[in-house]
Amino acid sequence: MYVDLMQLKGWLIKMGTTNILIVGVGGQGTLLTSRIIGSLAMELGYDVKLSEVHGMAQRGGSVVTHVKFGDKIFSPLIEVGKADIIIAFEKLEALRWLHYLSDTGVIIVNDQKIDPLPVILGIAQYPHDVLDRIREGSSKCIVIDALSIAKGLGNDRVLNTVLLGVLANQLDIPIEVWLKAVEENVPSSTIEINKRAFMEGYNQ
Amino acid sequence: MKKLLLGNEAVARGAYEAGVKVATAYPGTPSTEITECIASYDEIYAEWSPNEKVALEVAIGSAISGARAIVSMKHVGLNVAADPLFTVAYTGVNAGLVIVVADDPGMHSSQNEQNTRYYGMAANIPVLEPADSQEAKDFVVLAFDISEKYDTPVILRMTTRVSHSQSIVELCEPERQKLKEYEKDVSKYVMMPAMAKARHVAVEERMKRLGRDSNTISINKIELNDKAIGIITSGIAYQYVKEVFHTASILKLGMVYPFPDELIREFAAKVDRLYVIEELEPFIEEHVKGMGLDIHSGGMFSIQGELSGNIIYSSITNKDLELRPKADIPGRPPVLCPGCPHRGVYSVIKKLKLHAAGDIGCYTLGALPPLEGIDTCICMGASVGMVHGMEKARGRDEAKKWIGVIGDSTFIHSGITGLIDIIYNKGMSTVAILDNSTTGMTGHQDHPATGKTIKGEPAPVLNLVELIHAIGVEHIEVVDPYDIERTEEVLKEEVQREEPSVIIFSRPCALLTKERKKPFVVNQDKCRHCNMCLGIACPAIVRNDKKISIDDTLCNGCGLCANVCRFNAIERLVD
Repeated sequence: MYVDLMQLKGWLIKMGTTNILIVGVGGQGTLLTSRIIGSLAMELGYDVKLSEVHGMAQRGGSVVTHVKFGDKIFSPLIEVGKADIIIAFEKLEALRWLHYLSDTGVIIVNDQKIDPLPVILGIAQYPHDVLDRIREGSSKCIVIDALSIAKGLGNDRVLNTVLLGVLANQLDIPIEVWLKAVEENVPSSTIEINKRAFMEGYNQ
Repeated sequence: MKKLLLGNEAVARGAYEAGVKVATAYPGTPSTEITECIASYDEIYAEWSPNEKVALEVAIGSAISGARAIVSMKHVGLNVAADPLFTVAYTGVNAGLVIVVADDPGMHSSQNEQNTRYYGMAANIPVLEPADSQEAKDFVVLAFDISEKYDTPVILRMTTRVSHSQSIVELCEPERQKLKEYEKDVSKYVMMPAMAKARHVAVEERMKRLGRDSNTISINKIELNDKAIGIITSGIAYQYVKEVFHTASILKLGMVYPFPDELIREFAAKVDRLYVIEELEPFIEEHVKGMGLDIHSGGMFSIQGELSGNIIYSSITNKDLELRPKADIPGRPPVLCPGCPHRGVYSVIKKLKLHAAGDIGCYTLGALPPLEGIDTCICMGASVGMVHGMEKARGRDEAKKWIGVIGDSTFIHSGITGLIDIIYNKGMSTVAILDNSTTGMTGHQDHPATGKTIKGEPAPVLNLVELIHAIGVEHIEVVDPYDIERTEEVLKEEVQREEPSVIIFSRPCALLTKERKKPFVVNQDKCRHCNMCLGIACPAIVRNDKKISIDDTLCNGCGLCANVCRFNAIERLVD
């Protein structure tokens, strides 16, 4: 199955490379999301590189995964100002990584607030205007309450697949390709709920 | 067939394709997945060794006896394994021996930023440096050929961005490797002074031969393009260079030691301006300078942290890229997970105002506010020796304010000898072993006390209590760290004791058991806003202005917060 790069929506095409930054809080499931996108891009015939965070940062810290695909990828890292899409699992993290977004980029924000420790301790304030600042700093911003959707489906852990659905709706890649990638990358006992989560995000 | 693989998975695949028989490691980010992945091949014997020194020795045994072996570790692990490293360079190998070392520029998950390339130079061992997953796999196969051709161990130096990036790899069929003949050869394998002197000569000859051959080895190559700029680079830095200078001429070193002097001169003669771009210390740069060549990048890059395309581009072109600034917002440091059994111990250490010599693991996070439960963190096992040193320096009364804090895996790695020292030299320190039944920070690897091998097979369980008793510690307490009253009681008693003691705080890692009990909620009528519960640094506890609540998606139901609340305002949720 091969989908030509030119079929992707206009804003995605940028010098032959698509840069997707996935950010969140350690433990939210960002890694699985990037791996699904990676395997899908490879299936479509692209060169692919992903860069992940393992180890200490996974313990509730700020985490970031870089996904790049195109004709030929060198660096596995997206440079500041070069992300075509940012998927943020938490909104403060969206703001933290916003400077990576390109001038024409799109940011997808899960409208969830997880207080970092300095906020819990009262040393710092969680900014009240996070979404406003993200909207101001981006040409296109999609906000979604993926956690409530996931909870509605009965498993808060599938919020990453909801967000994947939102991403999929931004790309002209056939939905069957996405669903197949979801199926191949999640534990077999959770395939059904993940597919439903994906569709919820896709149909938002 | 092509597959998307992590650099570390590609190393594992390379080991499989090279016909490796024995693979050993002690877990350490960013190297851990190599051996985890190797363990999935039935053809390869794989083990978690108690530490990197043992891991290397097992691999040396395999190689000298005639079977290819691979040993993997993080950069600081090589310090532990440095003793056999320097001498196996003298003995050489029989079947191939590859030592994979993953450096961590930028210290994503490490206590220092050391540069393994210098180990290659110091120990006279060639160093290969892949730049992506395909090379990681190919270089492993090549490293075994080099190892056998030159009768030398070979270091494969990875860095975090190569180890933890995925890229596409073409898979090949595995080579069949016959067991090589083993012949007893005292002059080669027994390094007493007389034999070692002769072997040192052999080492020098080998390095000269490798240095000559490095000029023609396939992985050192010139990419000639625009000759205005010529860049010598290696590893991940090569990818950053390609990202921003599509048309520059490049000398890419796949083997960074020994240096290919002729190739470097040939390249330098072809380009107008010569640059060396590498992360951390100027390892290649100093050598090229020493050859009398002019380098335009001298001192241009920091020896700290990682490079990036933007850093390289703006430094060389001297342009300000006018990048958007980072938002000024609260940081998000890593924290102990909800339900982490270490949390209770640290909250008591803080309450009792104890000092603690800490160690390497998840529990190092207990150093951060508000727990601030440890005073020091140097290396694996250091807590035990250090707390003893503090007692000897400051006296027995002072020692009653200190404990050593170490994890189960770390204790087995290198805490045992420190404890023997305390007994032998009549110390009185108290050591707390935070036993969560796993190697936690690296992602839950088994160890000798978990009862399972790397392949998931049942194994004899190292009995920590019996071991510690055998060392000579007479006062050993085993405490459930969720039992906060008992934790306090035992800690108070043991630090006062005039004899050495060990407290084993035993409860499996919350992520390991994946046990999520009913979450807790704050009864707002009872909450007096004393903020006592905030002191345990649980990420599930949320404060909005004054109101305290618990995030039910994060809460794992351990109940520690309810335990520290003096007003019984935190209650378990009932349906």
